[in-house]
Amino acid sequence: MATKFSKETYLYWYELMQLIRQFELTAEEKYKMEGKIRGFFHAYVGQEAIAAGCMTATRQEDPFITAYRDHGLALAKGVSANSCMAELYGKGTGCAKGKGGSMHFFGKDVFFFGGHGIVGAQIGTGAGLAFAEKYRGTDNVSITFFGDGAARQGMLHEVFNIAMTWKLPVVFICENNNYAMGTSVERTSNVVDIYKLADAYEMPADSLDGMTPEPVHEAVARAVKRAREGGGPTLLEIKTYRYKGHSISDPQKYRTKEEVDEYKQRDPLQQVLKKITTEKLATKEEIAAIDKRVSDTVQAAVKFAEESPWPDDSEVLKDIYQQQDYPFIVD
Amino acid sequence: MTETQVVTYGEALGQAYREEMLRDENVYLIGEDVGRWGSLYRSSKGLLAQFGPKRVKDAPLSEAAIAGCAVGSAAMGMRPIAEIMYIDFITIAMDQIVNHAAKWYQLSNGKVKMPIVFRTQGGAGRRNSSQHSQSLENWFVNIPGLVVVMPSSPYEIKGLLKSAVRDNNPVMFIEHKSLYFAKEEIPIEEYLIPLGVANVKREGSDVTVIATSWMVSFAINAAEQLQKEGISCEVIDPRTLWPLDKETILRSVEKTKHCVVVTEAPAEGGWSAEAAAVVFEGCFQLLKKPVTRVTGMRTGIPYGSVLEMQVIPNEEKIVKAIRNLLNK
Ligand SMILES: Cc1ncc(C[n+]2csc(CCOP(=O)(O)OP(=O)(O)O)c2C)c(N)n1
Ligand SMILES: [Mg+2]
Repeated sequence: MATKFSKETYLYWYELMQLIRQFELTAEEKYKMEGKIRGFFHAYVGQEAIAAGCMTATRQEDPFITAYRDHGLALAKGVSANSCMAELYGKGTGCAKGKGGSMHFFGKDVFFFGGHGIVGAQIGTGAGLAFAEKYRGTDNVSITFFGDGAARQGMLHEVFNIAMTWKLPVVFICENNNYAMGTSVERTSNVVDIYKLADAYEMPADSLDGMTPEPVHEAVARAVKRAREGGGPTLLEIKTYRYKGHSISDPQKYRTKEEVDEYKQRDPLQQVLKKITTEKLATKEEIAAIDKRVSDTVQAAVKFAEESPWPDDSEVLKDIYQQQDYPFIVD
Repeated sequence: MTETQVVTYGEALGQAYREEMLRDENVYLIGEDVGRWGSLYRSSKGLLAQFGPKRVKDAPLSEAAIAGCAVGSAAMGMRPIAEIMYIDFITIAMDQIVNHAAKWYQLSNGKVKMPIVFRTQGGAGRRNSSQHSQSLENWFVNIPGLVVVMPSSPYEIKGLLKSAVRDNNPVMFIEHKSLYFAKEEIPIEEYLIPLGVANVKREGSDVTVIATSWMVSFAINAAEQLQKEGISCEVIDPRTLWPLDKETILRSVEKTKHCVVVTEAPAEGGWSAEAAAVVFEGCFQLLKKPVTRVTGMRTGIPYGSVLEMQVIPNEEKIVKAIRNLLNK
């Protein structure tokens, strides 16, 4: 059976998802085994197909914004693996000069408007990005990601109302991995189908499987098209799963190993690889070459991070105000 | 002699919860992941099993609604302990706290009491960066109607939380994330620490060091270091930023004639300025030098290990400030 998507698309998906996966696993090792990374660390492992599908359904100028589980989407948009790894190490060459860490990757030049630590806040700021696109008369679309937990913030309702009333070009993507820290979706609401929250505002909405990139691409492409044409926002609830704990220190008492294994049976990376091999879209050698390229990129990122300098002490009072000569009280 | 036990800050908190929940069935706990997870630093571990889901409420990610439930139910006679996981997220609950919890007593002509504890934690030291490390206590000091508590050790957190639960005003109970694993010997027997009474942690004669929360331990270390050089520091932990125990502070400064205020929060517009003003107003004539402040810098808290510790006070900075003050 031929596929709807080209060979190039599949190979792009595979390479991006493999990059995210290897970046996360390597960084986690640097955290756990070597203590090179500290603080929070929320891995995207298991959710890679969402980043992949969103990328092929959008263009570079479409701004992305997400929460603290941000490594995958930052890499997808094109924040370099070097500057992401250096950020985790807290080095001066990091994408936030080592001041943000895992939760706060940023890349304005590649239209990645950050990872943010206040759950649900980016539903609001993401709508603001869309407001500007409409105001400036572009046809770019804001892609605003948030979790199932974030869907319970009041912010969602205020923003859905405004976005629908003003027909803002935004696609709200709820990455429903079924848990907000240790709290599962059904323990937080009477409405477990998050896409239905759009109904109150008559916003178009859909629910779909996010364990493979194809449905993600299709749904996002439809929503983006509507937004570009002035049709306003869409809510997409994408069902996914995080393999790792909420963050590194999570004992995961709220779920069973069987449940995790069940999802691993439908591993997004393996599903894409299987498609590539059964459809003979690439030879073993071509796949090995991609794996090698990814591995080289990640290893180079580690080397870059390790060899990069610590931020200079003078950095602490930089980028607080735009004026360089504002007075600060220092001893 | 009273029997003692060694507990962490988190465990002491858990004991205070348990004792107060057993004592008064109107005391209940509400917050994100306070039940099954047992709260971020495991302080409410076991409470769900012991008291059941009616009294230990796992709430969705909805800080405004959590605070709203606390205010409304307090008006009806409940005594909620509402947990906001990080003080940085309290922004979302702010209206309910500032315009409601702090106002209803007055608006109801003193008929409606607000016995709420808003428990939260702030501060740096765990590399949680920009939106998870701030010291925002100053905001609440500025709101009439709120009590602001900052427990500095396991002994303090237990005694102060128990008093906060029994207080009929809304209490902002602001813990420090770098203290949860600190250990201290505390009595096994029940004890309470009254709100509004400062603690002279260490007596001395040359300088009064007023320090809050995590900074208390830095101030003590600085005092011990300076002791070796013959400088005698009195260290005061105010415990509550408001009400502020002016008497204890002034009594100390009248003796030492020098004062340093140490806070992790930035200086500008902060409680450290309030504390300094109390000293200036209360014993200006006796002061040999102006009050000095050692505070966090006016900047976002950076993630990197070196920079993070650089933006907040430490032992060295306190020692330096005291030496400067005493010309030594
Ligand atoms: C306003 C706010 N409240 C609470 C938290 C603490 N917290 C961080 S992540 C999280 C769970 C969020 O879950 P979800 O939105 O589903 O995202 P996921 O972690 O699954 O990607 C919580 C409670 C926070 N960072 N911000
Ligand atoms: Mg989730």
